[in-house]
Order: sequence, then C-alpha cells, then structure tokens
Amino acid sequence: MGATSIKKTIKNFGLPRIIIFSFFVLLMITAGIINMDVQSLMGDVIRRWGMYGILVLAMVPGIQSGIGPNFGVTIGIVGGLLGALISVELRSNDFFAAYASNPTLVAMMSILVALVLAVIISSVFGILYGMLLNRVKGSEMTVSTYVGFSVVALMNIMWLILPFRSQTSIWPIAQEGLRNTISLEADFSNVFNNLLGFYIGRTYIPTGLLLMFFLLCVLVWLFTKSRIGAMMAAAGTNPIYAKASGINVNRMRILGTTISTALGGVGIVMYAQSFGFLQLYNAPQMMGFSCVASILIGGASIRKARIFNVLLGTFLFHGIMAVALPVANNLIPEGNLSEILRIIISNGIILYALSKSKEEGK
Amino acid sequence: MEPEYILQMEHVSKSYGDNLVLKDVSFNVKPGEIFALVGENGAGKSTLMNILFGMSVIHNTGGFEGDVKLCGEKANFASPNDAMKAGIGMVHQEFMLIPGFTVAENIKIGREDTTPTLASRVFGKTLEKLDREQMNKDAKKALDTIGMNIDEHVKVAGLPVGYMQFVEIAREIDKADIKLLVFDEPTAVLTETEAARLLKVMQTLAAKGIAIVFITHRLGEVMDVAQRIAVLRDGEVVSTMKPEDTDIVKVAQLMVGRKIEKMVDDSQVPENLDTAPVAVHINKLYVDMPGEVVKGVSLDIREGEIFGIGGLAGQGKIGIPNGIMGLFPAVGDVEIFGQKIAFSKLGDALHKGVAFVSEDRRGVGLLLDESIEDNIAFNAVAVKKEYLTNFGLTKLLSRKKIREHALNMIKLLDIRCTGPAQRVGSLSGGNQQKVCLASALTLHPRLLIVSEPTRGIDIGAKKLIMEHLVKLRCEEGVTIIMVSSELVELRSICDRIAIVSDGAVAEILLPDAPDADFGLAMSGARAKGVR
Repeated sequence: MGATSIKKTIKNFGLPRIIIFSFFVLLMITAGIINMDVQSLMGDVIRRWGMYGILVLAMVPGIQSGIGPNFGVTIGIVGGLLGALISVELRSNDFFAAYASNPTLVAMMSILVALVLAVIISSVFGILYGMLLNRVKGSEMTVSTYVGFSVVALMNIMWLILPFRSQTSIWPIAQEGLRNTISLEADFSNVFNNLLGFYIGRTYIPTGLLLMFFLLCVLVWLFTKSRIGAMMAAAGTNPIYAKASGINVNRMRILGTTISTALGGVGIVMYAQSFGFLQLYNAPQMMGFSCVASILIGGASIRKARIFNVLLGTFLFHGIMAVALPVANNLIPEGNLSEILRIIISNGIILYALSKSKEEGK
Repeated sequence: MEPEYILQMEHVSKSYGDNLVLKDVSFNVKPGEIFALVGENGAGKSTLMNILFGMSVIHNTGGFEGDVKLCGEKANFASPNDAMKAGIGMVHQEFMLIPGFTVAENIKIGREDTTPTLASRVFGKTLEKLDREQMNKDAKKALDTIGMNIDEHVKVAGLPVGYMQFVEIAREIDKADIKLLVFDEPTAVLTETEAARLLKVMQTLAAKGIAIVFITHRLGEVMDVAQRIAVLRDGEVVSTMKPEDTDIVKVAQLMVGRKIEKMVDDSQVPENLDTAPVAVHINKLYVDMPGEVVKGVSLDIREGEIFGIGGLAGQGKIGIPNGIMGLFPAVGDVEIFGQKIAFSKLGDALHKGVAFVSEDRRGVGLLLDESIEDNIAFNAVAVKKEYLTNFGLTKLLSRKKIREHALNMIKLLDIRCTGPAQRVGSLSGGNQQKVCLASALTLHPRLLIVSEPTRGIDIGAKKLIMEHLVKLRCEEGVTIIMVSSELVELRSICDRIAIVSDGAVAEILLPDAPDADFGLAMSGARAKGVR
C-alpha cells in the first residue's frame, strides 16, 4: 500500500473519527495502566453500543428526508415510554397470566407489547411532528430542539395525571403520579440482553440486544434501497429535483420524520430493558443531543447519513462515555467530578461534531 | 471648457479565463447625447458596464485591456463608489430601492442633508441630525425635473412598479454633478405609456447636457430616442450608426446576424409534418415563474416535430416548460396527446409521457452527490416503478438492472467518466448534461422538453446532444420541444421556432426565415398574433 492510498483511506475515514478513536484507545490503555478491569469495561462499551444504537439509528431517516438531525427524537422517546408504561400496567392487571409458568416468556410478551405500542404511539406523534416541521422549513434544527424540550415539559404534567395504577409505576404513599424511575425487574428488564448472551473472558456479549440493533439497521438499510426510500432521500438532498420528478416533498418529509420518531420509541424501550428502569420526567430531555452527536461523530453530516455512521458513531461516542467516566473517577476520586466530566465530554463532542458537520458527510 | 466627449471607451478587451467576451471595443459619448447600446444576451453589454463602474468582478478576474476615459481623463475606478463620485449614475433594471423608506429618503440615500447636533460635535459627522426639510425639497426638485408628480413623503413599498423606476432616476439626477447616466434595460418592466414617459424623461435629461448610455433590446425605442446606435455582437462593436441612416430591420439583422452553420444534419424531416396530429396543445398558458413570467402563450405542436422556443432572457421562454412540468404555479390548458395536464397534481406531466431536461441542471436536473447510474435511473424508478426487483414482501432497487442500463447510456451518449459509480458533481458540464438527457430518455417519453440543453457546455457535447435529439425524432418518433437562447442552435435543428417576447409568442418562424425577422421578433418590435 503506497503513501497515497494510506492518505486516501485516512481521508475516507475522516480525521475527526481518527482523533476520537485514538482518544478511545488512549482511555483503554490508561484504564489498563491504573489496574482497572479492562475486559468488563469492554463489556460495558458493547452493552451501551446496543443500548443507544437504535436511538442513534433514528437519526438516519430524519437526515435522509431532509429535516436534518432529529433533535426532537424526544417525542418518539416519550411515545416509547408510554408504550412501556401501558405494558407494565397490563402486566400488573394479569394480562400475561396465561404464560405465568415461564417468566422469560412473560417478559418477552410484555416487551413485544411495549414495542408494538411504542411504534403505534410514536408514529402518530411523528406524523403530527412532521406536519409541524413542514411549516418551519430551513430552521428544523432549532425548532426540533425546542419541540423536544416542550414535549418533555408537557409530559412532566402528564406523568402526574395519567391514570396509571400499577404499584411498580406510581408513588407508593401518594398512590398517584408516576415515579421518577420505574423498575422493570418484574417486567422485561434485560430480557434481550440475556437472550443468547455469553461471556468472552469477563466481557459479556448481550447477543439479543445486538441482534435486535443489527436487525433494525438492516431494515432501515433495506428501506433506503427501496423505491420509496430512494424517493425520500432525493426529497431530502434536493427538494427541487424531487419535485421535478413528481415527488411530494412534504409527504416524504413526514414519512422520514415518522419513521425517525417511531424508531425513537423502539429505541427507548430497548434502552430501558437494558438499563432495567424506565426514566420519566426530565430524563429524556438531553437524549436527542447525544443521538445527534453520535451520528455526527460517526461521519454523517446534517444532510447525509448512512447506517455505517450509526454503527461507528454510537460505538465511539458511547464507548468514550462508558470508559472515560470510570477512568476519570479512578484518577480523581473526589466529589461529583464524574457528573461534571460527563457534561463536559458529551457537550464537547456535540459541539465538535456540529462544527464539523458542514464539511463532512461522505 | 466642455470636453468634447463625456465617455470614451478605447480598445477595451476583456476575457474571463480563456473566454474572450469583449474584443477591442471602442466608442464615445458626447454631452447631451443618447447613445444606444444594443445586442443579444451575452453580447457583452453587462461586462462593458461592469468595466465602466469598476465592479469587483472585473478586478477579480484580472482587469481589462484598453482605456476608459471620462471627460477626456483616464479613469480606472476601483469600485462602483468611485465611479459614482466621478459623476456616473446607473438606473437598474431591478430596482435598487428600500421599500420601507419614503421616496425622499430613497432619493437622498447615502447623501442625506444633515444639521449638526451636540452629539455630532463630539463624536463626528455620523451623528448629525437629518435635515428632512432640505431632503424633501431636493427630492421634490429632482422629481419635478423628470416631470413626476408624486408625493415625496410616501413609502416606496406601495408605489406602482412604473413609479419606482422614476424614483430611481430621480435619485441619480439628484447627485450634484452627474455627467453620465446609464439606463440598463429601463423599460423592461414598464407598461407602454410608462415606457413612453421614460423615454421623454431621457430626452429632457439629455437636453440638460447629461450624456446617456441606453442599453436595451427594444429596437423601436432605440430608433425613437437615440442619436447614435452601437450594435454589440459576440463582444465586438459590429457597427455604430445614426438612426436616420438605418432602419429597424437592419439593426435587427446586425444584432442577430451570423451565418447559420448547420451544426447537425437534419435533412431527414418526417413527411407530412404539416398534417400530423397535434401532439401538444397549449392554450392561454400563464406561468408565475419569477424572472420568466409567461403571460398567455398558445401553441400547437405536431407529432414528430422538433419545435423551438427562443427569445431573450427574462422574456418567459423558460417559464413555458417549467409551467407544463408543474414546477411553478400555472394556469391554462395544456393537452399532451389529447390528455389534459392537471397542474395541481404533482408530476402529472411525467405520468403522461413527458420528460423534461431542466435548464438548471445542477439545481433541478441532477443529484450532484449521487452516482451517474442513480441519477440516470432515478426518474424511471420514481415515476414508472422500473428498475426494481421483487422480493415478495417488498421491491428493492435492482442494482444490476440500473448498472446495465447506465452502461448502455454511457456508451450511447458518450459520457466521459471513470465509471457508472462516479459522482455526477465531479463531471464536466457537458457530461452532466448528457446524464440529464440520459435520465430523461430512461423514461421513454413521447414528448421530450429540453430547456437550454447547450448552456455552458463544450462544442463537442453540444453537437452530440443535438445530433441525438434529431436521431430520437427520426428513429423513435419522439416529439421534441427545445427551449434555447441560442438562435443558431434552434435554427439548425428545429422545424419551427416560436420567439417569445414579454411573456407571449411574438412570432412563429421557419428556421430559414431572414435574420431580421428573428431580431425584430426578439426585440418585441413586431408583436403580431400567433399564426
């Protein structure tokens, strides 16, 4: 391999990714030097990869349809949380009693119900959200950010007044209002993580979680290779061109937004099962940002995104988050440094990614 | 002492890269003279004015050769600002007015009368107070000079278009020592009475000793007011004459006149073209395309015909295909092979067998970041659901079929590329145009509309594209509408050519009609009914 071809490979991969990947490797080495358990850290990295992957994947249809990185994926997340809550409610009303003999089966059924509901609710939200975005063409990024914030605020009220009654969901003393964090221990906690999971040394491979992530990646990839997918991408990259080809650009944007939002719903259910808890109230507020940062770090631009960007970006962003904090805590054990570091690193990467987003995108 | 000439242009040449746009242009303008500069689009008129005003586009591209003299002294302006200070004014085709300001404020902009205040004594002149009374008085005087009776207090935003033009003139003549005024297509947006009035104003101004350069393509107006006429063609002054020594036909001929080189052999004209059924019936088509407004075009185009639509830029010829394709709001009847096009339905024309090669290939015609093959196949995928493989549950793009077809097209149209996967954005203009054409052909249209197919491409690609159009008509019987500013090209392959002027068909001509007829039709001097 000559010098030019090496240069070309580096260029294709992108300097930002090389820098961040080097940072990741550096962190891993540091962890090894200070005698941390690198293998289980690696397990953490892989788990977080599958856990956040679908949420990041939700960015792809948004970017392709021309609305840009979907900061408002929070809407889908809220829809997914509703789906999961309804599933929990159904379980507490003995909806899955028929399968009671097999706890895994109950968990499987309940997460499937949660996923289906998440897709339905999020899709409805997505259509409305898409219609809104068609009215604010050109400033989607700003609008979607604030729509995301507003939805969180609105849902903060809803979580208090929605008529959920499951004892695991509501405050035990007041007997009304949903809790901040709801344990899924009795429901579908870790059901996909444990499916066909195995250890390599001390590194745990959550096979089911990864399979689900990859499956959705393949589905989205197939969609982009379909006629509708190609039409949607054309509408996103060049609306006038699309119009000249007889494509209804607005409808394509709604489609992209809806798919993105629905994937957000699926993503949060998968996230929750891996995490073991549903996080309500302000927890989803900043999730949109980490998703956007991930895909940008993965080499997407605000106009162009591929599945490869999702796989790489999620791994790098969340890999660094998974490793940097324990390492930093280990090096400087005082106080709540880890929380501050988390904010600095995640916002720093978002800023870096956004500043690079114009020139990148291959 | 008055100098003999206000403006002298001596042996001015200018090239953009290898492209020589002005060749040894010389002329001069006397005080109080109306000097007309006529020529087709691209003849070099704007470049000449850019040189006169010292526009940055000239400096950035390596300056120019020759001399520009103002009142006998050599002038080489670094910026339009310097030119204005030296006493040159310009009345633009598009109005350079601030809508939210009053007439007086617009007239005095940049040269406001001010009175000192306390703050200005401390912090300098920029903080002086506007002397509105004086400004209004000056504005009134300028307006009176050109015989306009409008209130100087009203805001420009509400004025009729015709009035804005006069406000613009008033602004120029309000400048203290204005010596030379350039009118750049001033009558383009005016009604007939407004235009007549403007010409009067020009004469009044000239009588005061101001030299006027009048740029236009309306030959009738030129003949009426100009003392001398220079015809610019392909960057050269082909003739300078007095109106009384010539006539409008001769000027038109000079403007267009070039030998028609047949670029392609089109001897195989289908028989019975005159009696063939009507393929396209356009009745009272109005299109609201900014800058290319169509105001009631009616045409009948026969099956198997290559029909040309020509005319100067901004006259509406481009609006016709864009309206038919539904890209801009349109009203009127368009029937294609007997089927009416519903403008409200997006892409209706595409579904009725029409393919369109847009004049804006980089903006509308292509997805620049995508590959050649995807660009070629995309329209057929979107419109006709072709190039798909059925996987039972779903249909996916068939890479194999797309690749095969793209390779065929690359060979057929001689697209110079590294392969079908090359990014279209990295191709040359001519090859991009070939990709556009390939994409349209992939739809197997019965009617192909090509808009400015040869704009900005090299001669080889031009020839190939035009040859292919002729071949399509002969071998597949495709009806073709070719919209172009290049009269030579229209005349070399079209069976009939409609010349569009001011949004309507001025005349339908045969390709071998005299040059003068084309020139006259284009300049709107002979707005006859449609044949």
